[in-house]
Amino acid sequence: MGFMAVIGFAVARLRNLFAVVMLTGIFSLTAAVLYVILDAVDVAFTEAAVGAGISTVLMLGTLALTTSEEKTETTGGSPWALVLVVVTGCVLIYGTLDMPPFGDPTAAIHQHVAPYYLEKSGQEIGVANVVTSVLASYRGYDTLGEVFVIFTAAIGVLLIIGRPQFGRRRSHRMAVGELRDSMRTNVILRVVSKLLIPFILLFALYVQWHGDFGPGGGFQAGVIFASGFILYALIFDIDTARSLIPARVTRLFLALGVLLYAGVGVASMVLGGNFLDYSVLAADPVGGQHVGILLVEFGVGLTVAAAMIAIFFTFARQEH
Amino acid sequence: MTASLFSHLPALQVVLALLAAPVCLVLRRHGAAWLIATGMTWVLLAIALTLLGRVLETGTIIYSLGGWPAPWGIEYRIDLANAFMLVIVTLIGSVVMPYARASIKAEIEEPRIYLFYCMYLLNLAGLLGIAITGDVFNLFVFLEISSLSSYVMISLGRDRKALIAAYRYLIMGTIGATFYIIGVGMMYQVTGTLNMADLATLVPDLYGNRTIMVALAFLLVGLSLKLALVPLHLWLPDAYTHAPSAVSAFLASTGTKVAVYAFARILFTIFGGSGIFDDFGLQEILVSLAIAAMIGGSAVALYQSNVKRLLAYSSIAQIGYMILGLSMASVIGMTAGLVHLFNHALMKGGLFMVMGCVFLRLGSVQIESMEGLAKRMPLTMAAFVAGGFGLIGIPLTAGFISKWYLIQGALEKGWWPVVVAILVSSLLAVIYVWRVVEAAYFKPPPKGAAEITEAPASMLVPTWVMIGLSYYFGINATLPLDIATGAAETLLGGVQ
Repeated sequence: MGFMAVIGFAVARLRNLFAVVMLTGIFSLTAAVLYVILDAVDVAFTEAAVGAGISTVLMLGTLALTTSEEKTETTGGSPWALVLVVVTGCVLIYGTLDMPPFGDPTAAIHQHVAPYYLEKSGQEIGVANVVTSVLASYRGYDTLGEVFVIFTAAIGVLLIIGRPQFGRRRSHRMAVGELRDSMRTNVILRVVSKLLIPFILLFALYVQWHGDFGPGGGFQAGVIFASGFILYALIFDIDTARSLIPARVTRLFLALGVLLYAGVGVASMVLGGNFLDYSVLAADPVGGQHVGILLVEFGVGLTVAAAMIAIFFTFARQEH
Repeated sequence: MTASLFSHLPALQVVLALLAAPVCLVLRRHGAAWLIATGMTWVLLAIALTLLGRVLETGTIIYSLGGWPAPWGIEYRIDLANAFMLVIVTLIGSVVMPYARASIKAEIEEPRIYLFYCMYLLNLAGLLGIAITGDVFNLFVFLEISSLSSYVMISLGRDRKALIAAYRYLIMGTIGATFYIIGVGMMYQVTGTLNMADLATLVPDLYGNRTIMVALAFLLVGLSLKLALVPLHLWLPDAYTHAPSAVSAFLASTGTKVAVYAFARILFTIFGGSGIFDDFGLQEILVSLAIAAMIGGSAVALYQSNVKRLLAYSSIAQIGYMILGLSMASVIGMTAGLVHLFNHALMKGGLFMVMGCVFLRLGSVQIESMEGLAKRMPLTMAAFVAGGFGLIGIPLTAGFISKWYLIQGALEKGWWPVVVAILVSSLLAVIYVWRVVEAAYFKPPPKGAAEITEAPASMLVPTWVMIGLSYYFGINATLPLDIATGAAETLLGGVQ
């Protein structure tokens, strides 16, 4: 945690944005380690994939579009801002004073809803990973909302910076020009990534379907799948990568994922249950839960992967 | 089948809007997207009205999502306050949609229009999700959907300043959302639950716990950012000024209103029983901020030359009225706040729609460019005058009803200075409305002004529907007042 504070400070002080992006990546990775120590493996996994992985790539893409040096304005900042930040910090610390001690088994958080999840999840849902059963079923509606947040973000990027194309297809010029050139001529990078990409994609699929048993699920899988793809586009050729998955297809998958998730909810309504009540999807409730979770996780994976790829290409397609 | 369809209405209220968005994305035709969005908003309005009717008939409706009972699962718990908000949001949403067709076509490039409608539906779904839910984390998720989509919609304004406005709003809004989620996290830490009804029973026993106090502080500051309470209002004027006209009309009458509702829900339903309100000077703080907003917002509005910005500052003042009503913590005060929420949504929505008509024909909403406009666009400017009367609070308008109740609430408490503040703020409203009226009616058109005609009927009719409703509910105010009184009693249920 001390390490995280140091990095946070450095990020605020540094003027070279390239270094800042790298540091935020390290910050996320450190956070992920912290989560592992706290036994929150699923969260750590997401943090590593999203914070350290894909967002670093996207920020690099943004830097390539703009500039990697921050304009130095020596305004010094308002003293009120400092006061405000310090006050907020103090209030936060004051708030921690009455928090239950770390790891205290009698804390409210371990007494109220959590025991129910731990005891009943096995018989009601039959999924080994309780985190998955909470995310996908007990609080599955929140997860649906989260997927729609990602969907909204992707469409937002398409709307704001994605200029639609008319008539003939223009070739996608890679904005990350210099970076790309140096990467493309680097034999080691090319060979290693060629070796790695199939495994990354395979690993994504494993994470997707294995989320019931171990840490993982649609979110992480989608992000990993997208990063494998983006890696290819970065190191080899963006046009080839683009022709592999044209914009129309990403857009379709973007919509299909959320439609699949919400569609499962509607299906359970038609079959007589409440919205997202998977129990009615199969003959016995546990089987139904299983089918439901698999389907919605697949929906999550689809939308997340499509969203990441769409966002990346929208950035990359920008010209100087 | 019909019976089961009815029982699923709470879920459908939000899910249909969510589902329509990806469908628009796949279709990629702006006409089809508009048709789907319009049809959907009307369906949603019908659902909201049905739900309101059922709540009035049979009381609170509970719907467990995923079939898991609360607190383990997420539940929708629709009482009068929720149902009232759902009707407001869907009503505005469905009146703005027919209007949007011509307005958006003029203000957004054609290939992006279908994405805009997709965003609009997502925003609507987000706002409805906030209004309907009985779970504080679920509220956060839908807050994110509605916030993200409003940033995007605001950034689509023709002016490049729209991007900067949206960016500022994004920063402020993200801080607001983060504060909210910190508050939720702290509450969860000491109570172990995210369900509002459950929290309402657990929180009062924790009175004096420092974590829960800080949680309340973070929740209220976060939501105040979203609802633009002075001094956290700085994002609002730019955002409303530079957004496309239809977006300004929709967001000004729904976005901040839903945040006001969430504010009341947290403060009264969850923390109402804890006595925090009386002990910590919270009431005094809120009342003084509300008065600052009422006077300050109106005063700054006087000096604006851009009418959309003028209306935005007026909104800040009007939000002050709502918070003033809520912070009286009495049935009559709360009723005034909630009724004003509804009335202001109609009036301000209508006024922003007028500005959209002006912008369509004139390409500008500066006061000086509107000189002599009343002769050329008589129906549009008449709508402005009618809506302006409502802002001032002239009898027969809906604005009068809300101010009447606010003053009664203040008198009940014996707060004379507050009554004076309401009157002063109304006088200021007379002046800023007059400035526009003077330019449009009593000044000759500038020389060499382009020949312009009245706005198309597809925009004028919805504008007048909105303004007309604000008069209808000004003359025949029993219906909204009854509902608002019921909603106020529900919200205050925890306090008494």
